[in-house]
Amino acid sequence: MEEIGHGLWRAFQLIFSLDPQVWAILLLSLQVSGTALVIAALLGVPFGSWLALTRFRGRRPVVALVYTGMGLPPVVVGLIVYLALSRSGPLGGLGWLFTPAAMVIAQVVIALPIIAGFTMAAVMGVNPNLKQQVTSLGATPWQATLAILQEARLGVIVAIIAGFGGIISEVGAVMMVGGNIEGSTRVLTTAIVLETSKGAFATAVALGIILLTITFLVNVALLRLQGRAFER
Amino acid sequence: MQKVGSIFIILVLASLAAALGCSRSPKSLTLATTTSTYDTGLLDALVPPFEKANKVKVKVVAVGTGQALALGERGDADVLLVHDPKGEAKFVADGFGVERQDVMYNDFVIVGPSSDPAGIKNMKIAAQAFTQIAQRQTTFISRGDESGTHTKEKTIWQQAGISPQGSWYQAVGQGMGATLNLASEKGAYTLTDRGTYLAYQRNLGLTILVEGDEALRNQYGVIAVNPARLPKIKYDLARKFIDYITSSETQKVIANFGRDKYGQSLFFPNASNN
Repeated sequence: MEEIGHGLWRAFQLIFSLDPQVWAILLLSLQVSGTALVIAALLGVPFGSWLALTRFRGRRPVVALVYTGMGLPPVVVGLIVYLALSRSGPLGGLGWLFTPAAMVIAQVVIALPIIAGFTMAAVMGVNPNLKQQVTSLGATPWQATLAILQEARLGVIVAIIAGFGGIISEVGAVMMVGGNIEGSTRVLTTAIVLETSKGAFATAVALGIILLTITFLVNVALLRLQGRAFER
Repeated sequence: MQKVGSIFIILVLASLAAALGCSRSPKSLTLATTTSTYDTGLLDALVPPFEKANKVKVKVVAVGTGQALALGERGDADVLLVHDPKGEAKFVADGFGVERQDVMYNDFVIVGPSSDPAGIKNMKIAAQAFTQIAQRQTTFISRGDESGTHTKEKTIWQQAGISPQGSWYQAVGQGMGATLNLASEKGAYTLTDRGTYLAYQRNLGLTILVEGDEALRNQYGVIAVNPARLPKIKYDLARKFIDYITSSETQKVIANFGRDKYGQSLFFPNASNN
């Protein structure tokens, strides 16, 4: 267990010496997962709300698919995105394999069902009378949906937090489609795998501590979005 | 909602900045190589001068030799530096690669706990040591990942006339460094290239028990991926990299690599034009 202590000390060293390599890895982690989160939220929140508020044939299987997607193994996502972006694959012409763009795509696929699923649950938890009330007050369907989302805000933020947690901590997909290339596609999780395989446990623990700290700080920031809803 | 909206705008701007960061690197060469050349730090010594001289970014993807060859087959790498002469010959014969050249060699060694429960220390023939490990059923960790090391291990089992199975034979499917750590934790035997072993020796409770058998030679080769198969493959740069790594200057760097740190060379250059 002494590695944990060494790791803490090493984490301080790495952070406060402003080690440029560590900063580059940290920044790339945030860029990739941040970009993926924004894209997944922009798609997933509306999709989840729509699933919650609309009744249509085949809704049940679609919901089952979304729930299955919430448990998608990152390595499977990585494998499929790899095969798609490979120079021999259908999207090979883009030249995105082993670039951050490929990592963003994989993480969007992982985060999207998580965000959509939790958003749907949150929206369905809102009192169904609310829609009638605001509609009778003259709200358009669009305004009514916004009012419901406002009411479901607590759960929607949790959906986004869960999506972020799923991708910032994920290693299987980014390893496969990014390649863990130094100075180009190495993120915190793949760096941890590399350092561990090298036997450099203190550095690996240090990177793990940095990853946890960042996740904590991002979650604190996201919690502020919940705002007063959380205080009630 | 305004607060949510403004934070969304900030996030979108941040992601735009990130996207700009994504679209870069005008010229790059993808090198698929084995964990052994990467983990020892050899590529950190070889790649930067090449990048500088050719104004190119070399993207090093460090995987097992099996996966490196697969990346080459799909055209996802431009040049390979691997160590599985049989697999490499097949790769070239199947039309996936061109201009394979020897680069360097080192050797494999059989390592295990110093207590040596199978009693193989100082045996001269690797296949005999393997036979004894199998007979005594002492734990043996196999890479099990179609890497060059794994291929060599399978060849030695073949020479010994044994198809290893049972609870004493554990295939872990991990890189060399991770496999050494595992073997060390379990007090088990494993086959490793000498370079990776020396690089991680200080973290390990393993000693070299068998070495020097001609069957344990570990030859590295460089191959350009066949540009006739896919237009995107950067053959010219791959060709330059092959010329660079087999040049007499680079071969000298390889010969000296590791001497300051380990007191001995980790790789012995043997490119034919040297």
